[in-house]
Amino acid sequence: MTEQTNRPDDGRGLAPKTVVMDEEALGRALTRIAHEILEANDGADRLAVVGIVTRGKVLAKMLVDRIEQIEGVRVPLGSLDISLYRDDYGHRLSPVLHSTSLPFDVDGSHVVLVDDVLFTGRTIRAALDALMDYGRPQCVRLAVVVDRGHRELPIRADYVGKNVPSARSETVRLALPPFDDHAAVEIWDARDWARAKELRDRAARADESGKEARQ
Amino acid sequence: MLSVRNLINTPSLTRDDIRQILDTAATFEQVNSRTIKKLPTLRGRTIVNLFLEPSTRTKSSFELACKRLGADTLSVAGSSSSVVKGESLVDTVLTLDAMNVDMFICRAKYAGSPEIIARTTGARVINAGDGKHAHPTQALLDLYTMRKRFGRLEGLRVGIVGDSLHSRVVGSLVPALRTVGAEVTLVGPATFLPAAPEALGATSCARIDDVLGDLDVVYMLRVQNERLDGAAIPSVREYAALYGLDARRAARMRPEAVVMHPGPVNRGVELTSEVADSPRALILNQVNAGVSVRMAAIYLLLGGESDVVSD
Repeated sequence: MTEQTNRPDDGRGLAPKTVVMDEEALGRALTRIAHEILEANDGADRLAVVGIVTRGKVLAKMLVDRIEQIEGVRVPLGSLDISLYRDDYGHRLSPVLHSTSLPFDVDGSHVVLVDDVLFTGRTIRAALDALMDYGRPQCVRLAVVVDRGHRELPIRADYVGKNVPSARSETVRLALPPFDDHAAVEIWDARDWARAKELRDRAARADESGKEARQ
Repeated sequence: MLSVRNLINTPSLTRDDIRQILDTAATFEQVNSRTIKKLPTLRGRTIVNLFLEPSTRTKSSFELACKRLGADTLSVAGSSSSVVKGESLVDTVLTLDAMNVDMFICRAKYAGSPEIIARTTGARVINAGDGKHAHPTQALLDLYTMRKRFGRLEGLRVGIVGDSLHSRVVGSLVPALRTVGAEVTLVGPATFLPAAPEALGATSCARIDDVLGDLDVVYMLRVQNERLDGAAIPSVREYAALYGLDARRAARMRPEAVVMHPGPVNRGVELTSEVADSPRALILNQVNAGVSVRMAAIYLLLGGESDVVSD
C-alpha cells in the first residue's frame, strides 16, 4: 500500500472531544502539587518521587524540578515499571519491560507515587505491590494529573491536578512530550482514540523497522 | 511478542525475537539482584519441569526462573516417573496435560522429544536440551553474556573449540549467532567437526593457534566423555595439549577477548584452572544470566496468549 492510498485514513480526522487542560494549566497544576507535597511533608526530608512508567516517569521528573525550585533541594527521583505486577497478565501482554530504578533507600522513605490518569486504581495497586518488594517506605502518597473516577479498588489520590468526571465509553489521556508532540489532558471517544492509537503505533513500527533495515 | 509458540531451537527465532528475549532478560536481571526476588507475574500458572536426563545447573536454573515469576512448578524426573515402567513419552505428557498445565520444560536424552511434546499438548514447550540436537536457552544466555560484555553482537568473532559434532550447545548457539550477525569459527580435530560447517554459516579450523589471536570470544566446549562413541580422539591428554586453553595460550588472546564455557568444566582438559578462574572467564556470568534469560523466555511465551496490547 502506498502512502497515497493510506492518506484518507491516517487518523488526522480523529480528534479529542474536549481538551480539559492545556500545557499551561498542566504546568500550574504540577507547581501547586509540588507545593502541596512539600507542605504535607513539612519540607523535603526523606521525600522521594517515584513515577510509574511511562508518563508518570516524566511527570515525576517535572515535580522534582519544581520541588528543587521551591525548596532548593533535589529529592531522589525513581521510576517503577509495574508490568510484572499487573493482575491482568495473560489477557494483556506488556511486551516491552522498562527498567525500575529506585536510587534511594526505600526503607523509611516518604514516597510520592506519580501517575498520569487515575482510573480503576489497579495500576496503583500493582505499583504499591512492586514498591513493597523493594523495601518498606514510611508512607506512600499518590499524585495524579487527572482523576477520572470509576475506581474498582479502595484507592484515592492525595494530590490531584484536576478531577475530570468521565463516562466509561470515553478515554481520558495525558498527551506529554516526548511521547506526544504537545502537552494536554484530552477526552476522547474511546473508539476514536483506539483508532488514532492504532494508526500512530503502526506508523511508529514502520519507522522502527525502517531504522532497523537501514542499520 | 515472540513469533514462535514454543522454544524448540534457535533457527526458528527471528532477530527481533532474540532481541526481545535479551531485553526482557535485562529487566529480570534487575529483579534477580534485589532482596525480594519473587514476582507475582505468573501466579496461578503451572509449569512442569520434565527432566528425563540428569541435569543440575539447567534444572536449578529453570526451577528458580519459574519460582521467581511466581508460577507453581512440578518436577518430574526420568528415574522417578512412569517412564521407567515403560510408559511412552506421549502418554506421560498426555497424563500431565490432563492436569491442566501451562508449560512443559523438557530435558531429554533423545533428540526431537520436545518437538513431540509440543505436538501432543496445547501447553507451551521449552526445550531444555535434547540429545545432541539443541539447547536454545543455553545459546540465548550465551548471547546475553556476550552482549552485556561487548555491548553488541553483530560482527563479534566467536571461536567454538571442541566437539561441535556431538554438541547440542553448538546446535543452538551457531544458528543464533548467525541470526544476530556474529562470525563463527568451529575449531577442533576433524572427528569433532561437522562435514560441512558452511551449511551452518560457519567456517572451521583444525588448529586453535591459527585463530586464537583474532577472536573476541573463545567458547570452549566440554569434552563429553559420555557422548563419545569410542575413538573420536586418541586420548584426553593429547586433546588437552592440542586444544586445551592454558595460560600460555590465553596470553595470545586479544586483550579484551573473553573465555566462555557452557559448564560443567573438565578442569585440566579443555580449560586449566588458571584460565577458568581468570578475569577473562565469563563462566559464572553465564550461569548468572541463565536465570534471567529463562525467566524472559517463560514470560514471553506464556504472555503471548493474547495479542491485546496493554494500554
